[in-house]
Amino acid sequence: MKESIIALSLMTALLGAPCALAQHEKLAAPNHKADALVYAELARAPDKATAKRNPMEKDPDAVAAGQNLFKQHCSECHGNAGYGTEKAPSLRAEEVQSATPGAIFWVLTNGVVRRGMPVWSKLPEPQRWQIVSFIKSLGAVPKTPDKKRD
Amino acid sequence: MRVYFSLSAACLLAALTVFPHSSRAQESPYIVTYDHYLEEPGSLEVEYFSTFGTQRGGNDFHAFWTELEYGATAWWTTELYLDGQTTFHDSTVFTGLRFENRIRPLRREHFINPVLYFEYEKKNSADKILKEVEGHDVESDFLVSNAEARKEHNNELEFKLILSSTVKGWNFAENMIASKNLSNQPWEFGYALGASRPLALKASARRCSFCRENFIAGVEMYGGLGDRYSFGLNNTSHYVAPVVAWNLPSDWTLRLSLGFGLNDNSHAFLVRWGVSREITGFGSAVNRLFRGHP
Repeated sequence: MKESIIALSLMTALLGAPCALAQHEKLAAPNHKADALVYAELARAPDKATAKRNPMEKDPDAVAAGQNLFKQHCSECHGNAGYGTEKAPSLRAEEVQSATPGAIFWVLTNGVVRRGMPVWSKLPEPQRWQIVSFIKSLGAVPKTPDKKRD
Repeated sequence: MRVYFSLSAACLLAALTVFPHSSRAQESPYIVTYDHYLEEPGSLEVEYFSTFGTQRGGNDFHAFWTELEYGATAWWTTELYLDGQTTFHDSTVFTGLRFENRIRPLRREHFINPVLYFEYEKKNSADKILKEVEGHDVESDFLVSNAEARKEHNNELEFKLILSSTVKGWNFAENMIASKNLSNQPWEFGYALGASRPLALKASARRCSFCRENFIAGVEMYGGLGDRYSFGLNNTSHYVAPVVAWNLPSDWTLRLSLGFGLNDNSHAFLVRWGVSREITGFGSAVNRLFRGHP
C-alpha cells in the first residue's frame, strides 16, 4: 500500500512537471527576446563550421527536396513559409539570411536545445544541407515592428 | 485487460482522427536500443508494439505494449507504457505500466552524445515484452502460468546510460542498464547495442513512399550481464536482431525486428513489429484547449 502511494505520488509529480516546465519556459521567454537569443546562436558557430560550403549548392533538386524536408520537420515551429510562429523565429530575418550556409547547418545540427530547438543531426548530412539550400532560397524580409507570423 | 485495450484503442484513434496534422517522422528502427534523439518539444508519439516469442518446454507468447512519448522540452522526453501479453493455450493478461524519462545533459552535438534514462516500472511477473534484458533473465522464467505469475507484483527502478554517435549517416548506440527491484533484490545489469543507417542519405525532390531514404535498416544486440553478486555472462540470455523502419510520408512509421537467441538461455526466435505516429503540436493543442485560445 505504502509503495503504491509513493509510486502514485512520484508519477503525478513527474507527469505534471513536463507541462509545468513547458509552460514556464513559454512565459519566461517573450518572443522577440527569445528570437534574438536563437539568432545569436548563429554567431556562436565555430569558424571551421561557418566556412563550410554547401555541397548541394549546385544540385538543381536541393531546394525542392529541402522544401519537402522543411515542411515535414520545421514548418510546425517556423511556419510553412519560414516567417516564424509563436514557437520559433522567422528564418527570413536578416540574421539568418546573411549567415553563411555553414553557420545555418551548424545550428541545424546542434539545435538550440535550451531554447526549444531540437538537434537535427538525426537527419543525414545531405538532407540537412538540402534544408539549408531551401532556407537560403527564402530571401530576407525587412524587419517591421509587428513582424508577420504565419 | 479491457482497460488496456480501451486505452490503446483510444490513443490510436486520437492519433488518427483528433490530430490529423502531423509531420513525417524520421524514427530509428531500434526496438530495444535507445539513441540520443529525443522527441521534439510539444510532440506526442503514439506507438504500439508486438513481440511474438517462441518458448521451449512451454507455450509461445505474444506480448504487446502501447507507448505515449511526449517531448516536454528539447532536452527532456517523458513516456508512459502500458504492457500486456497473451500466452497461447493459457490466457491474456495486463502486465503493468512503466513511466520513463530521458534527459539530454549536453547542449550541443558531440562525437559521443550521452542521455540519462530513468524509469519506474510497476509490473507483475507475467510481463513478457522483453523491452530490455537484464540480470539473469532466461527463457525458463516464462514457463510459469499466467495465473501464477500475475500474483507476483514488482516495483522496479531502471537506469540507463545511453551513448550514441552519428557518423556519415550511420548511428551507433550503446545502452548500459542497471535496474533495482525495490523488494530487496540485488542490482541487475544489462546492455543493448545498435547500429543503423538510412538506405539513402539524400532526400528526393518529390514525396514518395518507397524512396530509399524512407527506409532505415540496422541491427541491434541486447542481453543480460548478471547482478551485483554474480556479474558476467553466466546464466544470462542474449539476442541479435536485424531491424528495419519504414517512415511513410503519411506520417506513420512501421518497424520490424527479427530476433535470434544467441545461447540456450535465450528464446530461439523473437519477431517484433511496431506502428507509430507522431503528433506535432500536441502540447500547444492541449494548451489551447484548457486556456480557451482559438
